Amino acid sequence: MEVNITINGSEHASDVEPRTLLVDHIRRTVGLTGTHVGCDTTSCGACTVLMDGKPVKACTVLAAQADGSEVTTVEGLKGADGLHPIQSAFTDDHGLQCGFCTPGMMLVGASLIAENTDPSDDEVRWAISGNLCRCTGYINIVKAIQTAAARVAESSNGS
Amino acid sequence: MVAPTTPAEIGGIGHSVQRKEDARLIEGQGNFLDDIDLPNTLHMAILRSPLAHARINGIDSEAATALDGVVAVVTGDLMDQHGLAWMPTLSGDTQAVLATDKVRYQGQEVAAVIATDPYIATDALELIEVDYEDLPPITTPQQSLEEGAALIRDEKEGQTDNLAYTWETGDKGATEEAFAQADRVVTLETHYPRSHPAPLETCGIVADVNSVTGQATIYMTSQAPHAHRTLFAMVAGLPEQNIRIVSPDIGGGFGNKVPIYPGYVVATAASLLIGQPVKWVESRTENLISTGFARDYYMKGELAVTDQGRILGLRVNMLSDQGAFYSDAQPTQFRAGLFHVVTGSYDFPAAHIDCKGAFTNKAPGGVAYRCSFRITEASYLIERLVQNAAYEVGIDPAEMRLRNFIQPEQFPYETATGFVYDSGDYPTALRQALDAAGYEELRAEQAAAREEGRLVGIGIAHFTEAVGAGPAHTYDIAGLKMIDSAELRVHPTGKAILKLGVKTQGQGHETTFAQIVAEETGIPATDIKVIHGDTDDTPYGLGTYASRSTPVGGAATAMVARKIADKARHIAAHLLEAAPEDIERTADKFHVAGSPDQAVSIQDAAFAAYTNLPEGMEYGLEDVTYYNPPNLTFPYGSYVVVVDVDPDTGVWKVRRMVALDDCGVRINPMIVEGQIHGGLTEGFAMSSMQWITFDDDGNCIGSNFMDYLIPTAWETPRFELLETVTPSPHHPIGAKGIGESATVGSPAAFVNAVVDALAHLGVRNIDMPVLPDRVWEAIDTATA
Repeated sequence: MEVNITINGSEHASDVEPRTLLVDHIRRTVGLTGTHVGCDTTSCGACTVLMDGKPVKACTVLAAQADGSEVTTVEGLKGADGLHPIQSAFTDDHGLQCGFCTPGMMLVGASLIAENTDPSDDEVRWAISGNLCRCTGYINIVKAIQTAAARVAESSNGS
Repeated sequence: MVAPTTPAEIGGIGHSVQRKEDARLIEGQGNFLDDIDLPNTLHMAILRSPLAHARINGIDSEAATALDGVVAVVTGDLMDQHGLAWMPTLSGDTQAVLATDKVRYQGQEVAAVIATDPYIATDALELIEVDYEDLPPITTPQQSLEEGAALIRDEKEGQTDNLAYTWETGDKGATEEAFAQADRVVTLETHYPRSHPAPLETCGIVADVNSVTGQATIYMTSQAPHAHRTLFAMVAGLPEQNIRIVSPDIGGGFGNKVPIYPGYVVATAASLLIGQPVKWVESRTENLISTGFARDYYMKGELAVTDQGRILGLRVNMLSDQGAFYSDAQPTQFRAGLFHVVTGSYDFPAAHIDCKGAFTNKAPGGVAYRCSFRITEASYLIERLVQNAAYEVGIDPAEMRLRNFIQPEQFPYETATGFVYDSGDYPTALRQALDAAGYEELRAEQAAAREEGRLVGIGIAHFTEAVGAGPAHTYDIAGLKMIDSAELRVHPTGKAILKLGVKTQGQGHETTFAQIVAEETGIPATDIKVIHGDTDDTPYGLGTYASRSTPVGGAATAMVARKIADKARHIAAHLLEAAPEDIERTADKFHVAGSPDQAVSIQDAAFAAYTNLPEGMEYGLEDVTYYNPPNLTFPYGSYVVVVDVDPDTGVWKVRRMVALDDCGVRINPMIVEGQIHGGLTEGFAMSSMQWITFDDDGNCIGSNFMDYLIPTAWETPRFELLETVTPSPHHPIGAKGIGESATVGSPAAFVNAVVDALAHLGVRNIDMPVLPDRVWEAIDTATA
């Protein structure tokens, strides 16, 4: 079947099997491999992308269901003026080790910050509780999301 | 914290420099195994046994083979024709690659489909019909060793029972003597449950065997690419020079990516036979049910103590559940890894360990999950025992430890089981951790809380690890001595390439190893590219596990950098027209002793290495070091956990977790702390929720992340980190390794805390995971 999905601002029209998962479509058909697969039960969140601005687990969405939507993957986080604040904060605060969960964590973090530029520790932890990390113990991920939020708040106050 | 000796722009040891790895990973430009997409790649899916124990009477793969898009169905018979139906394990056993006679655990590999598309390969699995004849499953090692139990390994010549191995170490006579002198014997029987490392990225392979050239390029989630190349050569009979293992970015390993799994062998054989690349990436379920379990030891520990709280001796009897094949990844001479470090941080003269392992109808594996070969089990047992001994003797658990610690002046200290600990100051570490936690106040609060019917527990663990295997005289994997290597080339512009035999899985080698070179040469860490994971482009090494990267590969890096710095010093002498012995090195320059103005930089020396050399000197600035460590290193730590236990539900919450680690010199403090955070979380996971269990039919309960619980950010406690720095005297830069400390040390601290909350009721043990129902039951039984 024909699906037309806007991924990171570019339209991708493709003929896919109806059963094709969005994550497989993104990785194999479109060739963006920053979105990862870490489980088969929608538990780990490594495949998280933003669909029309909201985080979804792309292993549990059919490509067909994403037809007509706008999808942002980790490759689309960076803007014309450089890295998204969440990306630089993850580096600055050592929010990643192996980097496998990182795209999902950053996208959830970016989505949280879009609504709340002063999230508490608990608010961040709740927001990322659908994403698993085996390396960091989450401490520096939480810190990075809060750092990014503060930087976004500061720059919007300044402008 | 120790102040760095290099300026920030050099970024040597002690600087929390940002990681080189991050730039690609935060932009989705990492290159993980499943991201590798070679032209004409075929995809493999594996048919696995639904039964734990059954005879295979036949396999009908006709319908699967006929499915459009299926290229081949591989069965055990086909593998057998090529001599590959079985493979050797790292513990001297053999393991089925694809089952030919029986299946011996649920999830065992029975057949594989090779297809043009991964969805088609999976579809075809459902078309394969296997005629199974049920056999009785054996799901515990106790059942397995009973008289008359069904023989699991009936194919194994000379095997008449289900015993996988026996192992004994220590001095039995001396231990018996110690027990005869004891005022009391404190006993703990506990099960360290089966766990799984479950890195977020599962295991996988892309095997690309070129039928014309014979070149086998194997992309693989490998923590030990060089060792794997040699093992592939030995098992598959391929010439080693034609095998290239490339271990790309790895999404966590934790020991799961040390062994060679059947899927790797099948994919490689399939690529060889078909002449196209074959990719296999495990599903999470495959990962959890078939690869690399850890732990699963039933342990009985006995401590001989005096009424004054002195430990006289330790006796351990253990039974391990090996699953269907004895495939532990561990050094050859040690049947239960380095479990004999079980004497822990304490000074006593006698210990004896008696261990046996049994085959069961469960997945094989026995990997050292974030642990240096069974040290986690050992550390857990001794720290639980010491805590219980304190209760029995009637002294404070902290005081019990302080009375028995190896004292700073006793190092190097030879333990009752023969380890020679390198350095440590245990009393200082414990006292600092206790002070930070406010130990005295906590004990007072605990007493008051008990009056009110509240349950507060304070758990301590003071662990000592033995990591960095290791000296070639004692440690080998499949005969390969556990040395490691580093190769360093400085280019004319002063930029360098460092190549390693070890391989990161997220620990940050590309950053920290560059910092070691920066420290030793003055070349800024940002100017040093670190290459690892590709066997054609790196010197030989045994790989990254058992916290051996820094102790062994890091030492090799320091030593090769010193060779380079020394050659550069000779070149500098030539440029400065001075004698080499008169040249001194500062952080980034060589100068004539007493004349700091007469200096050349390392970059000047590097350029001269290709342009203007002293007579007789070989061109270039490049060297390699193979490092054979003189001893293991012995990181340690003091952990204090405070929990509140709800007496009505058994739910416990970590109120505080204070973790003091001494891993010797810290190369990159930021990265070290990150390692500790992660390790503590996995320790918390094992103590609170994470286990692989089975029903009586051998069905794996815990085959996905809905049943195998790993903590989210919501459950994970906050940690407070402290440090002391006691360098390893034999390591070139004094570092000891940190990747596993927290996973090794923390489970006992968490469990001790919950037991401590109930200790006044007489509770002395709750097995891991300490689930609320187990806590509730312990309270209920104790108060009945």
